[in-house]
Amino acid sequence: MGVLGQIFVMAISAIFIQNFVLARFLGLCPYLGVSKKLDSAFGMGMAVIFVMTMASAITFLIYRYLLIPFGIEYLRTLSFILTIAALVQFVEMVIQKNAPALYRSLGVYLPLITTNCAVLGVAILNVTPLADGSSYNFLFATLNGLFSGIGFTFVLLAMAGIRERLELVDMPKSMRGMPSGLILAGIMALAFYGFMGLKI
Amino acid sequence: MRFVSELSKGIIKENPIFVIVLGLCPTLAVSTSVNNAIGMGAAATFVLLCSNVIISLIKNVTPAKIRIPVYIVVIAAFVTVVDMMMAAYVPDLHKSLGLFIPLIVVNCIILGRAEAFASKNNLLNSLADGIGMGLGFTLSLVVVASIRELLGNGSWFGMRVLPSTYNPMLMAILAPGAFITLGFLMALMNMLKEKK
Repeated sequence: MGVLGQIFVMAISAIFIQNFVLARFLGLCPYLGVSKKLDSAFGMGMAVIFVMTMASAITFLIYRYLLIPFGIEYLRTLSFILTIAALVQFVEMVIQKNAPALYRSLGVYLPLITTNCAVLGVAILNVTPLADGSSYNFLFATLNGLFSGIGFTFVLLAMAGIRERLELVDMPKSMRGMPSGLILAGIMALAFYGFMGLKI
Repeated sequence: MRFVSELSKGIIKENPIFVIVLGLCPTLAVSTSVNNAIGMGAAATFVLLCSNVIISLIKNVTPAKIRIPVYIVVIAAFVTVVDMMMAAYVPDLHKSLGLFIPLIVVNCIILGRAEAFASKNNLLNSLADGIGMGLGFTLSLVVVASIRELLGNGSWFGMRVLPSTYNPMLMAILAPGAFITLGFLMALMNMLKEKK
């Protein structure tokens, strides 16, 4: 299988089969919190894709060329979360300066991304050896971040689309809001289990 | 007296999972068995307790502008301690919790309590708040895990409860079961609250 084939398999796997939200339980807070309106879900999704891709690339380089040579791998969690926090801050400043329109639409969601566990999750997964003992190289780690972010955005948008319609449904008062959102997520996860049968 | 009320509020009245709805990722991911739930609860309680104490102690010397990064560094340091201790003493549990131990750093409950409580209250109350919230978190995890383990595996805390003729509902320990169980539990909590 060529490199392109591997990239394709990785994309399908990250978006559908091992979806970050529905199969790995990462990034649930924004998934349930920001999925009430379609356009805010879109803003959040774009911001997450961007930060996850950047964070994957930077944390991979830090781990490979800073932590491993000095034998301080145990600082992984600490250094990664600081990198992500700094990155989010930096991205926020750059967007604010260069693309004020984008900043206004993303504005509120950017700071929230620091505590989105999908970002730290993908950074840690990228440097963890895979089941067969091999580990990602720089290109694959970055792409993994990109595809995982796309997978997150995909289910976030699907969820927001359904929830907008769910607002109009007459349901018991105790089921409104979070409970119905969770049950909906359960049904979506069940549907995504169908993708697990894919043999690629 | 204040100490006791700060301690008990986290367990029911301000339960972090069911009432404040924070920290859902670990709740859903590690509640496949009661064993995992208690392990995760203990790890998170330890981090919550230590970070609350330290943050309460340094609240007067922390500049307001950079307080969030400071809190995150404190929390990350304790998470690293827990991670290494668990790898050394309970390797099996460490393996089954996996990624979710380092992810305690971004558990919203811990940063949430640091910001909302420990940075404004004295040492003793912060200590009580940390213990209470940690217990509330552990308790909720155990409740969710009990249902899922019983339905999905026919056992509780590793002990077989239902007879071997019970056909396990596998879905309950897979991802969809986690969402649906928690959804119905929350609906139940809402219903009880309305009745009051």
